[in-house]
Amino acid sequence: MTALLEIENLTKTFTMRSGMFGDTISLDALVDINLEVEKGETLAIVGESGCGKTTLGRCIVRALDPTSGRVSYRPEPGKTIELSSLPKRELKPWRQDIRMIFQDPMSSLNPYLRVFDLVAEPLRIHKIARGAELEQRVISTLEKVGIPRDALQRFPHAFSGGQRQRIGIARALILDPKLVIADEAVSALDVSIQAQILNLLEDLKADFGLTYIFISHDLGVVNYIADRVVVMYLGHVVESAPTEALFERPRHPYTEVLLEALPIADPTRRKGQRAELQGEIPFLGNRPQGCPFHTRCKYAQDRCRSEKPALRPVNGTAQQAACHFAETLELTGAYDAPQRAIA
Amino acid sequence: MATIDTQNLTKPVAQPKTGNFALSGRESQFAMTWRRFKQHQLALVSLWIVVAFYIVALLAEFFAPFDPGDYNPRYTYAPPQGIEFVFVEEDGSWTWGPYVNGYKTEIDPQAMRRVFTIDEEVRHPLGLFVESEPYMLFGIIPMTHKLFGTIEPRAPLYVIGADRLGRDQLSRLIHGTRISLSIGLVGVVLSLIFGVIIGGFSGYYGGWFDSAVQRTIEFIRSLPTIPLWLGLAAALPQDWSALQNYFAITVILSLLGWTELARVVRGRFLALRTEDFVTAAQLDGASDYRVIVRHMVPSFMSHIIAATTLAIPGMILAETALSFLGLGLQAPIVSWGTLLQEAQNIRTLASAPWLLAPGVVVVVAILAMNFLGDGLRDAADPYGK
Amino acid sequence: MTPQTHMANDKTLLRMEDVSIVFSSPDEADIEAVRQVDFTLTRGKTLALVGESGCGKSVTARTILRLLDKNARIPSGRILFSPGDGETTDIATLKPDSTAMRSIRGNKISMIFQEPMSSLSPVHTIGAQIDEMILLHENLDKKGARARTIELLEQVGVPGARQRADAYPFQLSGGLRQRAMIAMALACKPDLLIADEPTTALDVTTQAQILDLLRSLRDEFGMAMLFITHDLGVVAEIADEVAVMYLGDVVEQGDVFEVFKSPQHPYTRALMSSIPRMTRHADRQRLNPIQGSVPSPKNRPSGCAFTTRCPHAFEPCASVRPGPTGTSENHWARCHLLTDPEAPRVDGLIQPQVEGTPNAYQGDRT
Repeated sequence: MTALLEIENLTKTFTMRSGMFGDTISLDALVDINLEVEKGETLAIVGESGCGKTTLGRCIVRALDPTSGRVSYRPEPGKTIELSSLPKRELKPWRQDIRMIFQDPMSSLNPYLRVFDLVAEPLRIHKIARGAELEQRVISTLEKVGIPRDALQRFPHAFSGGQRQRIGIARALILDPKLVIADEAVSALDVSIQAQILNLLEDLKADFGLTYIFISHDLGVVNYIADRVVVMYLGHVVESAPTEALFERPRHPYTEVLLEALPIADPTRRKGQRAELQGEIPFLGNRPQGCPFHTRCKYAQDRCRSEKPALRPVNGTAQQAACHFAETLELTGAYDAPQRAIA
Repeated sequence: MATIDTQNLTKPVAQPKTGNFALSGRESQFAMTWRRFKQHQLALVSLWIVVAFYIVALLAEFFAPFDPGDYNPRYTYAPPQGIEFVFVEEDGSWTWGPYVNGYKTEIDPQAMRRVFTIDEEVRHPLGLFVESEPYMLFGIIPMTHKLFGTIEPRAPLYVIGADRLGRDQLSRLIHGTRISLSIGLVGVVLSLIFGVIIGGFSGYYGGWFDSAVQRTIEFIRSLPTIPLWLGLAAALPQDWSALQNYFAITVILSLLGWTELARVVRGRFLALRTEDFVTAAQLDGASDYRVIVRHMVPSFMSHIIAATTLAIPGMILAETALSFLGLGLQAPIVSWGTLLQEAQNIRTLASAPWLLAPGVVVVVAILAMNFLGDGLRDAADPYGK
Repeated sequence: MTPQTHMANDKTLLRMEDVSIVFSSPDEADIEAVRQVDFTLTRGKTLALVGESGCGKSVTARTILRLLDKNARIPSGRILFSPGDGETTDIATLKPDSTAMRSIRGNKISMIFQEPMSSLSPVHTIGAQIDEMILLHENLDKKGARARTIELLEQVGVPGARQRADAYPFQLSGGLRQRAMIAMALACKPDLLIADEPTTALDVTTQAQILDLLRSLRDEFGMAMLFITHDLGVVAEIADEVAVMYLGDVVEQGDVFEVFKSPQHPYTRALMSSIPRMTRHADRQRLNPIQGSVPSPKNRPSGCAFTTRCPHAFEPCASVRPGPTGTSENHWARCHLLTDPEAPRVDGLIQPQVEGTPNAYQGDRT
């Protein structure tokens, strides 16, 4: 296997206390997550708010400490670093290899630092370059992301959202990372800027041989950029498949619902009334028994209410789904969804 | 300013004008704060008033015409002279230049009391940088000149009157300003140290330490302050010198004053801890120290300055209140509080209302500091207005 | 479809005629946030205003309700509102806090927002808030009002409406809150519903539910709907007509099928090629984004607003503002490429013949 990153049985539980003497509630943000990220691929993690996709990203980079389970990183064949159990100090060298791009370009840049210092900061922290060399690296990295040299002495507030996101990307790239986690990196941007950044991410990936974990709620963007997609619901991975297979024929009813709900920028493919879409995501604290999706699933059977399905390959393919009926259900994909009557 | 999309430079594109972007983009957050502050007229005026107060306090010996302890029984409760600038001679010609009139003393036959009236006949001209008794500025620099005084030595000069020992009220007020303002400043610096350290730990690390600190702060803040100060001040040993007393009072005031600053610091830390740019710095591999000093502190520096400015008046008022009640600083130390103590007696007040002058000064100083603090706070908030 | 032909239609509800909106500030020059916008809203139809942030779409919508700050004014144009009683009011001439304006606001025209929490009071139950809306505008007693409230909540698909009426906004999920706000907006059976990015903060499945709901409510109430969004997918899903805004200008407007099939303004075309298409990877095309970013309204060229980023910009674009040019019966755009015989040829545009004969629809609106 050439997996660059391997996540095994990862669980993250948040405990909250209601009031000063109240009971503690535990929220399982991630339940028993298993996945692998291959070197050179773009893996998308999709799901709605509260599904745990952001928590997963933050557990990988140890912005959060996982409750249990393992995150292993393989910088080169035969060498495995268990990121999840390293003390913070020993983690530092690996922070060069795994970098993060944040959603909100307004809040992810320190407003008190100039662009030069913002981008130079990681180099200074890791004591990689100094003086003229440092300057050279900062300038060349900024040029790669399309920020002109004369911007070096400006503060982030002087830039538009798209430009700030470019600066954020430069910050991630300056350490020559192997893996970049982009957490909703284009969600806060206007459509035209989003397209610029998507193109940039693609080009950088080709130039630097990067691996991406692309966290997003936007299935249109995911179809465009990802090689493989992981669908999450209530802290579980419900489906994991190569992008085209998943969009062609989803194997989990929740994936079908997501694809169904996605508005497509073409009025001739208008979806019309979607009666089967019902209910809302349950609160994490009272996750249903059995399959987490059964409360909203139109195909739910008795078995779904009592027995929790495991994530397993469907018909022996690379497509995995956590549904008892993954093989038999005839689910609709997104590529040629039939046009529906508009009520 | 358009970005240069290196992938899409296939067709020439007109670039939008950059305007004054280059200039505005280079403005630092501190420069922006200062620019916003300058728009706040009242705060700006207050800033100059506060600066003037501190200059006077710093150079008290130079500004005050006399030593605060210089007494002259001949001029007990002498009324304010007022400074005149023009004198019309008998022949109608004018003489220019500042002067004060002398005093005439009469005995009120009914009250058997000495009464001062201004003697228009006697004029004592005033001068700038007049020679005086030698004194030490800051206790080290020997000086022989005062800012102003009568040109003839030993002439009476009571611009805003004298107190019961014939001491110059103005000189005492200027020296009192030094003590009162320095108590405010030293007290706030001590509070700041306690507040930033405790509040910082509380906010950055959270957990049980945060809870413990917060409960402590709530407890301290629920204590009625005046009785507590009274208790603590009364517990000071009687045989302490005036200087020891001074420091003890400062420490007492700051022991209670740090709570507010600790809350401000903690609040900012809590808010900043979840900011993406702080997470980003942590993910860069920065140490806690670097995250705090380089990434968090600049973001709340201006808030701290504003909170500090707003805390000084409280300290000054507390000192004034304590000294007024006779439990704070003791004579011979001169502060606004001890000066006001002189004005406690209603009969004295009736005959010598100028003893209330320190009260006016307190009000002006406190208001100016509050306006200044408000202005700084508004300017520090980038999302205000 | 031009405003002239609309006016003849008795289903016309509101007509914006050359409305400009100017913001003044004490230490800077006035900014024209919206310049000479006109469009028509028809009963039972949805017009979507689409554009990127800062294009003036929200300002336009708020102007209809006169909800703008004090430093905004309408130096030109009319907003003609004909709610069907035979009378036509020019909203642009009303004072924002006048009785006449207040009787329109919330009663004949309602608005829903992106973030329901900001328009629902946190200290009152949603039932009480909807009751109050009904009591304010309709002749009903408290009991009658509550019955109507529950009916409304059921209509907008709030499960267990009777109990949920006693819930506070924070006790509801984002989707339910948005439904409650819609119920409140519908309390007085408005003639026009303005929806300002109502689904932007919602998850995709909830968004689909809300879009379905709005569509069926529009038909049920026979309302006109003005739908503001930045999401072309949502536009395609819900709109009958679409107006594309860029930097305060409506650059293109028309029937939604026509605009999506054959966009005529370079900006619309660029927007369309900026969104990833839902296609198999074999058919995948690299995105072709607009270069640069939107300039500040201060630096808007006096001609076409899009000049600075337009790949086809030529001589008259920067200085002469193009007029609306009809390209088919229900579709027009403001672009010199469509009128100037000297213009560079661009595939897919309906341009004048080389000999200089105007195209079929030119002159329709100039």
